[in-house]
Amino acid sequence: MLLISCPNCGSRDETEFHYGGQAHVAYPENPNELNDREWAEFLFYRDNTKGAFAERWLHSTGCRQWFNMLRDTVSYEIQAIYPMGAPRPDAAAPARESGTASLAADSTTTGTAAPSTATTSIAASTSSASTTAPEGATK
Amino acid sequence: MMGDQLPEHPDFLWRNPEPKSSYDAVIVGGGGHGLATAYFLAKNHGMTNIAILEKGWLAGGNMARNTTIIRSNYLWDESAAIYEHALKLWEVLPEELEYDFLFSQRGVMNLAHTLGDVRESMRRVGANKLNGVDAEWLDPQQVKELCPILNINDNIRYPVMGATYQPRAGIAKHDHVAWAFARKCDELGVDIIQNCEVTGFVKDGNRVTGVKTNRGTINTEKVGLCAAGHSSVLAEMAGFRLPIQSHPLQALVSELHEPVHPTVVMSNHVHVYVSQAHKGELVMGAGVDSYNGYGQRGSFHVIEHQMAAAVELFPIFARAHVLRTWGGIVDTTLDASPIVGTTPVDNMFVNCGWGTGGFKGTPAAGLTFAHTIATGTPHELNKPFALERFETGALIDEHGAAAVAH
Repeated sequence: MLLISCPNCGSRDETEFHYGGQAHVAYPENPNELNDREWAEFLFYRDNTKGAFAERWLHSTGCRQWFNMLRDTVSYEIQAIYPMGAPRPDAAAPARESGTASLAADSTTTGTAAPSTATTSIAASTSSASTTAPEGATK
Repeated sequence: MMGDQLPEHPDFLWRNPEPKSSYDAVIVGGGGHGLATAYFLAKNHGMTNIAILEKGWLAGGNMARNTTIIRSNYLWDESAAIYEHALKLWEVLPEELEYDFLFSQRGVMNLAHTLGDVRESMRRVGANKLNGVDAEWLDPQQVKELCPILNINDNIRYPVMGATYQPRAGIAKHDHVAWAFARKCDELGVDIIQNCEVTGFVKDGNRVTGVKTNRGTINTEKVGLCAAGHSSVLAEMAGFRLPIQSHPLQALVSELHEPVHPTVVMSNHVHVYVSQAHKGELVMGAGVDSYNGYGQRGSFHVIEHQMAAAVELFPIFARAHVLRTWGGIVDTTLDASPIVGTTPVDNMFVNCGWGTGGFKGTPAAGLTFAHTIATGTPHELNKPFALERFETGALIDEHGAAAVAH
C-alpha cells in the first residue's frame, strides 16, 4: 500500500485517496478547431510510462484537494508531490533527492522545513491551488 | 474428481532454437495470445517460417497469473461474438491440439445484489440469448441449489438477489493451455525463442522490417505485438501511441481443500470472483489497483476488500488460509474492450487491451489476429475492435456491462 504525503493533511494510507490519471493534460485551447484525431488524443490517449510518471491524486476522504505526484510506476517510489498547476519537477535532477527526503519528514504539513523547491512551493501555494482552477481538474 | 485427473507432463513439448536472421513474421510475446496467434498463422494461413519472441519464459507473464475463467456472457454484440467464438474454440481445442488442458464447463454465476444489478443482469441474459449465448436467470433458491456453500440470507449487507448463469462457461488449466499451443506450434515449425527481449524496431520509412533484440536483430516482413501489459512500451519503441493504461491486477489462492465449490461465482457489486482449481485451491480475484503500475504486485487493501466479500458470501471460507498472492499487469482501454488490428506502422499489428479478461479470449484473439497479420485486413470478428474506434467514436463500452468490472 502506498503511503502518500498529502500536502495539506500529511502522510495517509493510499485508501484515503482517489487516482486521477496523468497530470498536465491541458484542455484544448481551441476546441472548435480540433479534428477527430485530435479529439481522440485528448479524450483517450494518455502516456503509459514505465518509470517516472506525473499523475493527479485527490485526497478524497481528507481535505478533498487535488495535487500532483511524480511516481515511479515500476518501484512505486513517490519522487515528488507538488501543486496542481505547478510544472513537473525534474525527477533526475538533484531536486529529486531533496524532494524525496522532505517527504519522509512529513514537512509538508507545516511548510516550514521543506528544503526542496518542489515542496516549498506546495506550502506556499496550497491556498492558490484550491482557489484557482488547476489545469484539467474540473473536467 | 480433482487432482487425479491431471495429465502427465510430457518431457519435451518444444525445441529451444537459436533465432534465425529472418522470418516471414515475428510475434512479440510468448503468452497465450502469442502462442495462439502463431498456431493459427501456421494452421490456417500456412505461415510456418515464423518466430515467437518471449522476454522471459514461455507463458510466464499474465498467462501464468490469471484466474483461468472462461465465459462469453458479454453485453454488446461485438463482444458477445468474439468471446462466444472463443468459447466454441475452447470446446474443440483439446481434441484439435491433442492435449487435455482440463476445460471444465462447470458454469459461471454472476450474482446480483441490488435492484439495479437485477435489472442489468436480466437485460444481459436477454442480450446473451439474442446473440446465441447460453444464459439463464436464477432466483436465490436456484443459486443455492447450484452452489450450496453460498450464503443467500437476506440479513447481510449485500444479499444475493439472484444471478445470471452461463452453463457452458468454466475454467481451464492455464499452464496446460500454453503448453498445448506451444507443442503444436513447435510441430508446425514455429520457433519459440525464450529469454529474447525486444529492444527496438527497424523501419524502412513507415514500414517495419526488423526487430532488435538482446540476441541480435531479426529481419521480418511482419510483426505482431502480443505483449499485454507492455504493449504501449513496445508501441513507443515503434513510434506510435496506444490508448492503453497498464494496471496491476492481483489474485490469490488458498491452501488445498476437498471439492466444495462446484461452479464459478462472480460478483461485480461486492467484487470478488471464486472458483476451485482442479487440485483444490480456492482461486480468487477482484479489481485492479487504481493507479498505473508495472510492478507485478498489488495493494494489500484490494486483497482485504475481496476477502471480506468472499467471507460474507461463503462463510465457510472464514477459516481457509491464503497460500499465495501474485500480480499481473493488465492493459486497460477506456471502453474496456480489446484492440486487435493494424497500427499506424505498416506491417505492424497489435493485439492488446484485453484488460482483465484476456485468458478467456485467447483462442479468438489468436484466430482473428493471425487472419489480420496474414492478410493485412481485419477478420469479421475483430473488425469492430480496431484502433480507429477511438477516433470514430464507435466504442464498445463494456465497462460494468460485461458481468464484472474491468
